[in-house]
Amino acid sequence: MANAIIELTHLVKKFGKQTVLEDINLTVQSGEIVGLIGPSGAGKSTVIKTTLGMEVADGGSAKVFNEVMPNRELLSRIGYMAQTDALYESLSARENLKFYAQMKGIAKDEIKTSIAHVAQVVDLTEDLDKRVTNYSGGMMRRLSLAIALLGNPELLILDEPTVGIDPALRRQIWKELNHIRDEGRSILITTHVMDEAELVDKVALLLGGKVMAFDQPDVLKAQYEAKSIEDVFLKAEGVL
Amino acid sequence: MRTIAIMKRVLKELFRDKRTLALMFVAPIFVLWLMSVIFTANSTTSVDIATVNVSSSLNTTLGDVKHVDVHTYSTQAKAKTALKDDKVDAIIHKKGSDYSLTYANTDSSKTSAVKMAFKTALTATNVNGMKQQLILAKATIAKLQSTLPASAQAQLATTTSQTNQSTAATPKITNHYVYGDADTGFFDKMLPILMGFFVFFFVFLISGMALLKERTSGTLDRLLATPVKRSEIIFGYMASYGILAVIQTIVIVLATVWLLGVEVVGSMIGIIVINLVLALVALSFGIFLSTFARSEFQMMQFIPIVVIPQVFFSGIIPMDSMASWIQDISYVIPIKYSGDAVTAIMMQGKSILSLGLDIGVLLIFLVVLTILNINGLKRYRKV
Repeated sequence: MANAIIELTHLVKKFGKQTVLEDINLTVQSGEIVGLIGPSGAGKSTVIKTTLGMEVADGGSAKVFNEVMPNRELLSRIGYMAQTDALYESLSARENLKFYAQMKGIAKDEIKTSIAHVAQVVDLTEDLDKRVTNYSGGMMRRLSLAIALLGNPELLILDEPTVGIDPALRRQIWKELNHIRDEGRSILITTHVMDEAELVDKVALLLGGKVMAFDQPDVLKAQYEAKSIEDVFLKAEGVL
Repeated sequence: MRTIAIMKRVLKELFRDKRTLALMFVAPIFVLWLMSVIFTANSTTSVDIATVNVSSSLNTTLGDVKHVDVHTYSTQAKAKTALKDDKVDAIIHKKGSDYSLTYANTDSSKTSAVKMAFKTALTATNVNGMKQQLILAKATIAKLQSTLPASAQAQLATTTSQTNQSTAATPKITNHYVYGDADTGFFDKMLPILMGFFVFFFVFLISGMALLKERTSGTLDRLLATPVKRSEIIFGYMASYGILAVIQTIVIVLATVWLLGVEVVGSMIGIIVINLVLALVALSFGIFLSTFARSEFQMMQFIPIVVIPQVFFSGIIPMDSMASWIQDISYVIPIKYSGDAVTAIMMQGKSILSLGLDIGVLLIFLVVLTILNINGLKRYRKV
């Protein structure tokens, strides 16, 4: 039986007088990949920040693992990848991974194997000891993803993970994400790439601080009588 | 555990940034060296002294002193104009048997040169005068001795010695300074404060920039998305910059002692301890203010507002003569306390244990700022 990993109910978030999130209802079950799509400024990042407990909800509730966020201890079970790469450029990739592993509180004897595993997933094993300054944009993105994968977290929250990554590697990453899902872990992912939105189990369409639609891609396409998620997106926005 | 990991990471980043390291270690020594060269190079400088109403024998003896030129003026007013116009460095004015000395004192080495020359000349003239009077008295006594009866002879002897006494009595000397006071000794006085200033300045700037970069590059957000405590981040920074400050202080102290030959009367460990506390205050200040800056350039804008006033109120310029409200401002300037404490150790050889007040105030700064910083991180994560 599936149980809710993320549960956002009637979530409201205001910054000053500006209401960014009006009424967000979103659940991510275990073993599920949920895609969050919406135009820029729709509040995708705010949803993620509130889920992580960096921001506090002004109304409604944000629960992760059935506990109300913010909750510092729970963060060790979440892997987070931000929109920016957020790497220490004067350190090598291995040093970055080791540092974040220590911050996540991964046991000392597991750090090495964990680093080796995630490096292999994002295909950086060869370049682990290079300084990040010498990395290309795509390599940095992969390293950033690797950091999120450290310690096999039960929940992954990925903000635009595949930007600047070439198609072959993107396919490989999706393979890994599917593999993670099959292990019963959950993923919340935001994306601009609409064909990626077809790959997720459920799509949440965020518009004007509300979730306009939340269902499986095929159901949404039928509902909006659209050929692709991109068309669904445009129809929801009122462009088509 | 996480604190140590953060400390190691910050240190690793710092030690790979060779330019910043050079700035922290080489720049202070370079500037101190320059200052010592500039302020001590003119110690053998020649001085021009204006004399008013001074006996010609004193003028001659004064002129005989090396590197001294004597200019005689008829009135004090004329001499003062010359002093204002920078033609002479000091005025010696004789009023009755007393001397009044006025120094420009824009250069403390010139002032001490004048004092020295005047003292030498005065002693020499006195001795000469006494000799002549003694010879004169002897001759008079010898002449009179034969002509006077015994009773009058005894009376005469007392009178002569009285005359001798009155001329031998040292004339009163009063010193006036156009600028500063008798204690103005440039480099010695500045060094303890400058040392603190360098520690404060570089730690403030570099730590503020480091945290700002951590914020703008997104690593702070990512760091806070792990279960790390907010206090662990702040303590990690404090540990790494504390280590750096200790190394920096040791390097600066050793360089000033051995390279520049500055005397340290008290214990070096005391100096290092105080600079370490100051560095931690600077670090907290840097982290605190970096939250109000949105870019590196905005961080630089704090230099004229926060860093420069530290110098003015640090004690390089004597505070005693300033208005009381200005003196009150100095109580919130951290460098004042470290400067006072290091001066006491370096020049008076005081023990660090007797400087509880200075260290206490610095620690209060530190604790308050640290609490503010740990709470300030709540802006980026609510727990």
